[in-house]
Amino acid sequence: MEWETVIGLEVHVSLSTKSKLFSGSSTEFGADPNTQASIFDCALPGTLPVFNEEALRMAVRFGVAIGAEIGKQSVFDRKNYFYPDLPKGYQVTQLDFPTVGKGALTVTLSDGSEKVIGVTRAHIEENAGKSLHEEFHGMSGIDLNRAGEPLLEIVSEPEIASAEEAVAYLKKLHTIIRYLDISDAIMAQGSMRCDVNVSIRPVGETELGTRTEIKNINSFRFVEKAIISEVQRQQEILEDGGRIIQETRRYNADKDETTSMRSKEVANDYRYFPEPDLLPVVIDDEYIAAVKAQLPELPDAKRSRFAEEYALSEYDAGVLVSSRELAEYYEIVASQSDDAKLAANWVSQDLLGLLNKNNWELADSPIQAERLAMLITRIKDKTISGKIAKTVFETMLEDESDVDTIIENKGLKQVTDSGEIEKFVDEVISNNPDQVQQYKDGKQQVIGFLVGQCMQLSKGKANPAQVNELLREKMQ
Amino acid sequence: MINSTVAEISAALKAGDISSVEITQAYLNRIAKLNGELNAYITVCEESALEQAAAADAGRSAGNTSPLLGIPIAHKDIFCTKDILTTCGSRMLHNFVSPYNATVVERFNDAGTVLLGKTNMDEFAMGSSNETSFFGDVKNPWNTECVPGGSSGGSAAAVAADLCAMATGTDTGGSIRQPAAFCGITGFKPSYGRVSRWGMIAFASSLDQAGPITKSAEDAALMLNAMVGLDEKDSTSIDRPAEDFTASLNQPLKGLRIGVPKQHFAQGLSMEVEEAVRNALAEYEKLGATIKEVDLTNSHLSVSAYYVVAPAEASANLSRFDGVRYGYRCEDPVDLEDMYKRTRSEGFGEEVKRRIMIGTYALSAGYYDAYYRKAQKIRRLIKDDFDRAFEEVDVIIGPTSPHTAFKLGSKSDPVSMYLEDIYTIAVNLAGLPAASIPVGVANGLPMGMQIIGAYFDEAKILNVAHQFQQHTDWHKQKPGPIASNEGEA
Repeated sequence: MEWETVIGLEVHVSLSTKSKLFSGSSTEFGADPNTQASIFDCALPGTLPVFNEEALRMAVRFGVAIGAEIGKQSVFDRKNYFYPDLPKGYQVTQLDFPTVGKGALTVTLSDGSEKVIGVTRAHIEENAGKSLHEEFHGMSGIDLNRAGEPLLEIVSEPEIASAEEAVAYLKKLHTIIRYLDISDAIMAQGSMRCDVNVSIRPVGETELGTRTEIKNINSFRFVEKAIISEVQRQQEILEDGGRIIQETRRYNADKDETTSMRSKEVANDYRYFPEPDLLPVVIDDEYIAAVKAQLPELPDAKRSRFAEEYALSEYDAGVLVSSRELAEYYEIVASQSDDAKLAANWVSQDLLGLLNKNNWELADSPIQAERLAMLITRIKDKTISGKIAKTVFETMLEDESDVDTIIENKGLKQVTDSGEIEKFVDEVISNNPDQVQQYKDGKQQVIGFLVGQCMQLSKGKANPAQVNELLREKMQ
Repeated sequence: MINSTVAEISAALKAGDISSVEITQAYLNRIAKLNGELNAYITVCEESALEQAAAADAGRSAGNTSPLLGIPIAHKDIFCTKDILTTCGSRMLHNFVSPYNATVVERFNDAGTVLLGKTNMDEFAMGSSNETSFFGDVKNPWNTECVPGGSSGGSAAAVAADLCAMATGTDTGGSIRQPAAFCGITGFKPSYGRVSRWGMIAFASSLDQAGPITKSAEDAALMLNAMVGLDEKDSTSIDRPAEDFTASLNQPLKGLRIGVPKQHFAQGLSMEVEEAVRNALAEYEKLGATIKEVDLTNSHLSVSAYYVVAPAEASANLSRFDGVRYGYRCEDPVDLEDMYKRTRSEGFGEEVKRRIMIGTYALSAGYYDAYYRKAQKIRRLIKDDFDRAFEEVDVIIGPTSPHTAFKLGSKSDPVSMYLEDIYTIAVNLAGLPAASIPVGVANGLPMGMQIIGAYFDEAKILNVAHQFQQHTDWHKQKPGPIASNEGEA
């Protein structure tokens, strides 16, 4: 039987406000346990929440960036359940009136096609603390530093049809969130987390199959692998005549499989009701317009502009706008070197290759945009050849001097003195009589070999165009 | 002097006739004599009270002229007080020492008051008789076989028996007004949002409001002056221009339009209370007021709506008492679930558990629309009734409670206890201000009259109450001798 996959994603993003959603505590990552927990965060009796409006601005910023409806009146609700790292015994979230309503994301797939994936809603809620079960000899430790940090939960429509689409959606979301500067969105640190709802059904069936939810996956790669393995599992069960149990599962990366966490059929009744300690948050068109006016250029618009302004392929432009920092980096290189095409090649291949190889962020790169631009300028003005430039690039990793100093010190300057080049050419002609004869007999392509010989002799420094010209002249 | 009003003590302090240390010591002496019998205080702060009194006296010498400077006060044990036990009348918090002050406490500290101690109350403010406290019943100073009312029963008894000059209370469904009526004193519940709830342990967040419990309407105005005002720590607190509530106390009442709700004089109201309130209304007519019947059509729904909304909010508000971070924790829990179950079973009393269960049920999937949502709709209808009435009248007057204080232990059925607040609850549902002032004594027990005002019309209510007290003496009636009794300053 042919199956199709239906996926919906719930993505939690930690909003990068300076203080928590309802208290003044710092949200800085990595502090000692419970040093960032105020009396409100510890849910001391009598304490009350005060809404951090910066979280609202960030949520609205996200909403307008994906063209979503913005809730002019957001209402907070209490979601009730008991857990030691949930100090109040309820989580404050938005149930019926979220700040962000329906919107959509357009993702580009590997075959170059585009797909629009609907966003159902995005609501603001508070994070829970952390339970630490090790190191306490049969007891559990509770760290409330994270409790009350603002989250934006972004819920997709069940319109994602494959692991590839899911990852494309997540990456697009990640890019936009980073562009908007509303979250670090670092999956490994938990500032972006993903729950995946997966079901399958026979192709042509309109009813959705029973779904499972895979909780808290912390990398794009694991999202992809978890979906593939879960789809496989469901397919095997259904093909054996079995039934999928609606439940929460977890992905075990070591075994590359999902395992059951708990059954949703005995799910909690969260007894939601409007949070009486907070007033509804009311915003007007003016507020929304002001947030919109402050949006940066978003990745799709930037990609179109790059393709047009710098005459790049959609693909290359897409690579360069994959992060706001990279796009900015590229634009500096392109404008300072005055060669957009060469700049695109160097940034998307050499620079990104370097970052990937070392697992660096752009900020970690020892080669700043200005230095790379200078390197390209020296290729253009023929101070060095493209090949020598690779050597200079390598040197720039350890040597912080400017590009010209490196070229000078290493004696890499291209030889353009025709007298000197003539010496290389003469030597090569005399050392390779066979090839010279072949050339004279009309086998033009031999010239490449001879140029290569000259380059080798000059240790790459001779200007290849000049070598080529002089060789042809002398062999006439 | 300890049986004087705040206004009188303030004048005496200002004139130098008495020092804050002297009056504080006098109250402490009286507490030492009578608290054993009345059980009005859970905690008495003898040492720090005398220190604060000395500081107030020093402040006065240095030129501080705050009207409440050096006045001894008692706070209901629902207000968090830094470094002082704050129990909320519960075993759950029997050992909880708050690391911070409630805004109300902070404001009285700023005004220079002297904290005598923390008063007894129904557990988590859930009760109308002060019999649900983990720290034992409070006795009514007028008759120690009777309840003082609740939940602010300790504060009411303390004010009535001169165990303090004034006290704070909180009112969710009548918890200031009903004990004020039962103890023959003045109680005032401000408009919702007037007084910050920061540091006031939540029972039902959308209904809770702190207010003064005093010996006169003028004293209530003095206390309100210190209590009200925007607090950025409470998102439901309201920004209003500063107001001196004593300023309009003496306005004549000629032309005042009084509304009398027919529903508040219907079946269930005792004859003596009805007579006392009617007499008071006649007094107002003499002062130039006109009386008009008003129709609060939906008032019969208020108790039912209240007992959905308040327990629903309480069920969530009390979830934080889980034994994890502070307060009571059961002994030797075997696992997390055991800790939760036993901590909450042992830490909460019967009435609190009953309300948590009612509230949990009302919010459950499948019941939410039938209960919580419907109750919120009724709340709107009740508010509309008041809004309509206030188009025609300035204040609404009726009995505070259908009868005088009842005997301790006489009401074992929870529903009959819930009906105690039949006249007061609608006011909380509508968020309005209201006072209870004494209007008579029957069979040795005082009776109260409720004055309800429009939203933010506190000054009008106080004016109406004060004028009555200028022309009558009911607020000066005192309980007869209490047992060992009479330590005068």
